[in-house]
Amino acid sequence: MAKLLDKIKKAELVGKGGACFPTFSKWQAVKNAKADKKYIVCNCSEGEPDVKKDGYILEHFPEKLIDGINLAVKEIKADKAYIFINEAYYKKYSTKLLGLIVDTKIELFKKPHVGGYIAGEESSLINAIEGSRIEPNRKPPYPSDSGLWGAPTLINNVETFYDVSLINSDAYNKNRFYTVAGDCVWPGVYEFSNDQTIGDILVESKNYPKFDFFVQVGGGASGEVLNSNQLDREVGGSGSITVYSIEKHKPIDVIRNWLNFFMNESCGQCTPCREGTYRLHEIINQNKPNWHMFFAILEDLPETSFCALGISVPVPIISYFKNVLKDNQEFSSIFVENNI
Amino acid sequence: MLNNKIKINNKEYDFNEGETVLSVATRNGIQIPTLCDHPDFSVKENCRVCVVEIKGEHGLSTSCSAKAKPGMEIQTNSDRVEKSRGLNLEMIFAEHIEKCATCIWRFECKLLKYAKDYNLLINTFSDRKGKRPVYRFKNAVELDSSQCIDCRNCVDACSVLQGIDYLEIKGKGRNQEVVPTADVRKHCILCGQCALHCPVSAAQEQPNWQDVEREMKNDKKIVVVQFAPSIRVSIGEDFGFDHGEIVTEKLVSSLRELGFDYVFDVSFAADITTLVEAGELLERIEKKGVMPMMTSCCPGWVNYVEYYNPELIPNLTTSRSPQIHGGGVIKTYWAKKMNVDPKNIVVVSIMPCTAKKYEASREEMAINNILPVDYVLTTRELSFMIKKNNINFANLKESKADNPLGDYTGAGVIFGGSGGVMESALRTAQYVLEGPKAKLTKKRLEFNGVRGLEDVKETVVTIAGKDLRIGVVNGIKHIKELIPRLNEFDYIEVMTCPGGCIGGGGQPIPTSKEIVKKRIAGLYRDDTNSKIRVSAQNESAKEIVEWLEDNKLTHKTLHTKYFKNLD
Ligand code: SF4
Ligand code: SF4
Ligand code: SF4
Ligand code: SF4
Ligand code: FES
Repeated sequence: MAKLLDKIKKAELVGKGGACFPTFSKWQAVKNAKADKKYIVCNCSEGEPDVKKDGYILEHFPEKLIDGINLAVKEIKADKAYIFINEAYYKKYSTKLLGLIVDTKIELFKKPHVGGYIAGEESSLINAIEGSRIEPNRKPPYPSDSGLWGAPTLINNVETFYDVSLINSDAYNKNRFYTVAGDCVWPGVYEFSNDQTIGDILVESKNYPKFDFFVQVGGGASGEVLNSNQLDREVGGSGSITVYSIEKHKPIDVIRNWLNFFMNESCGQCTPCREGTYRLHEIINQNKPNWHMFFAILEDLPETSFCALGISVPVPIISYFKNVLKDNQEFSSIFVENNI
Repeated sequence: MLNNKIKINNKEYDFNEGETVLSVATRNGIQIPTLCDHPDFSVKENCRVCVVEIKGEHGLSTSCSAKAKPGMEIQTNSDRVEKSRGLNLEMIFAEHIEKCATCIWRFECKLLKYAKDYNLLINTFSDRKGKRPVYRFKNAVELDSSQCIDCRNCVDACSVLQGIDYLEIKGKGRNQEVVPTADVRKHCILCGQCALHCPVSAAQEQPNWQDVEREMKNDKKIVVVQFAPSIRVSIGEDFGFDHGEIVTEKLVSSLRELGFDYVFDVSFAADITTLVEAGELLERIEKKGVMPMMTSCCPGWVNYVEYYNPELIPNLTTSRSPQIHGGGVIKTYWAKKMNVDPKNIVVVSIMPCTAKKYEASREEMAINNILPVDYVLTTRELSFMIKKNNINFANLKESKADNPLGDYTGAGVIFGGSGGVMESALRTAQYVLEGPKAKLTKKRLEFNGVRGLEDVKETVVTIAGKDLRIGVVNGIKHIKELIPRLNEFDYIEVMTCPGGCIGGGGQPIPTSKEIVKKRIAGLYRDDTNSKIRVSAQNESAKEIVEWLEDNKLTHKTLHTKYFKNLD
């Protein structure tokens, strides 16, 4: 029987938290690291709107999840593994999980109330467990070199550990979980193949809208926005599809919602994200938004932000403009003036 | 051979292993704006105004954190860079409420300089923090939240540098705010290191220059100024002199220009302090008093003892500090000599220290209900006054401080650096014990074991056949290392600020370890050039001490008490 690491490599498994980093490389790095102590963290912080797949796995396949973590503990010879779990999931699933982790090296760690979205970022998560201020650190060092208490630490998403369990028992067939949400009839979590297109998923889950719509994929805040002619792609990111009825949602409201999220979830460490998200929010609430400044800030965020949160702010907004609003009369002049 | 070259703006430059892009650029005269970067701390890279374009990198990179690598190609002023930098600066302005009219930073302000360099409107956005409070720490230091740009240097200064942990960050995102801790066991010791490391004017001294201006306008008052030993080698920096250059005489002239009636040098008072303190040390040794004896001329350290280790109160010397001695002598001996009512004398101290503001206001300092020192200005406040009055410091004629309180020894001057108080006391103890005939050669006058910038210096010196076990703590954080081992020492000097007063919370900005070194070297130069280098040989100082004794003022003027502080 092939070794687990080889199997993971062959399966081409990538992270399911959003960053899509090859799982094999991560495991290998931590395994090879020379250190007295090593740790594992299962990231179950799931803080982005419209992403629910981790909860689904906790609900339906907790044994597989625990099996995956245990395999990792053995493989990298970890001293301890933490399940970093958000409050809502903790409330719902801790009893069950606690039962499953008896006699393992796994421990539950409830995400602090103040943690928010940024606590899901790897270095913030480490800070949270160590009891420090919850915000990202400078990289390098990466957690695989110096994570929890300075020890090499393997951090993977819930779904990744679940997949590892399947891979180990030769049951993995390159499927993944998708959260379908928004203006659809059957919102929920579905399992389809890795490379399933957005359109197919909507059709097969019987959620394909009968009205004019657009979707946001790969994250309910940070995900890209596509129009209904662009559904011939894979979902990516954390596997979410949010359907928006064009008629129902006023553009400014949609943008304001995203900005609300980013502004509230910004850790506040760096100027562009702390001030930029605030100013974007301020501008969008003006009677006559200063679009010129709006786009200047959007451009600045990925250029100078400290971490991925700030960098991802323009993703939904710019793609929304490009893919959806370009046909909208109200916004047409903005396009010309701001070179979008 | 290693190819240690990078290209900045299409020109090649050498770099040293581990050097940052910012450092290579600055070393070669290429200017990059910075706000959060400070050599005393590890890089936080949070202000994001030092960004540059590095070929092959995704977004822009912060030059304060990016390490130079062979072959790297960097643009520091492309349109792309200028656009982002400018916008980040404009957003920073919007969280910093400008109070330029009364801000003592006006002439050195980085923000205003950048606004000019980048042709920025400072009011592009509405002021975000207008309603935030000002936190005042006693009468010494304040944190004006309406001006804070969230760089967190003050938090590092208070925690990493000083180990006090009084400041913390509350809330997150746009709601975050640096606040005094809610933990009632922690106290601010007023060292002002937060102010010294703040890149804008948010953490700062509580200013008193306006009070002093008011007093100077009052015809009925004689306004006397006295300046601390360390200022002579630091204030020049604000007027284009090199770090550590001795500018005593220009300083004196500038004070006269400003309108002070008399100018005295606290180095003289430091000689008195030395006499009192060395005397007490010898007495404690002889009479088996509480040992080790500890210095108390640093008010930050006194605050620390009163809050955190009140059991050490008996160890502190009862000697008052040089500024209080100076003020006391002015309002007793000198007032008598001049035949003026001490009530009509206003004493202003120019100090490297923010905690001195509080020390001067302590009730127990009063001599017959009159406080020896009325106002304390920091070095920075004085620089500001000089600039505000258009006094051309560099071109001033030189002049000497007034007598009799101007005659100082080299021992008084070195009070300004870590180990100086100790060395000064040892010189006098040696002189007293061995008698005036002792051969005090240069070698015997210089106690190298107490010099330098190590955190804790330990040495044994032999004076008149007795071994004295000496400890010198440089930076308040390190007192924690000595407290469990106090019985291994006879005499300990503690200075709260790294480097001693020379690195004090009221000194010119920037202050860094490198700069502190140069300032200290300046003090030792002044000492070496002095004709008299032992306080016990300062005849005027001795005469005044005797006069105080004859007039039954010794206790009130030269000694003090300490209290356990629980607030
Ligand atoms: S981009 Fe900056 S402020 Fe935003 S979350 Fe990341 S570090 Fe914090
Ligand atoms: S630091 Fe002072 S001088 Fe500079 S902008 Fe702020 S208030 Fe004005
Ligand atoms: S004055 Fe000193 S102790 Fe007080 S907050 Fe500032 S750094 Fe901390
Ligand atoms: S008070 Fe000054 S040093 Fe402290 S965070 Fe604000 S701007 Fe930075
Ligand atoms: S100086 Fe580099 S980010 Fe602040």
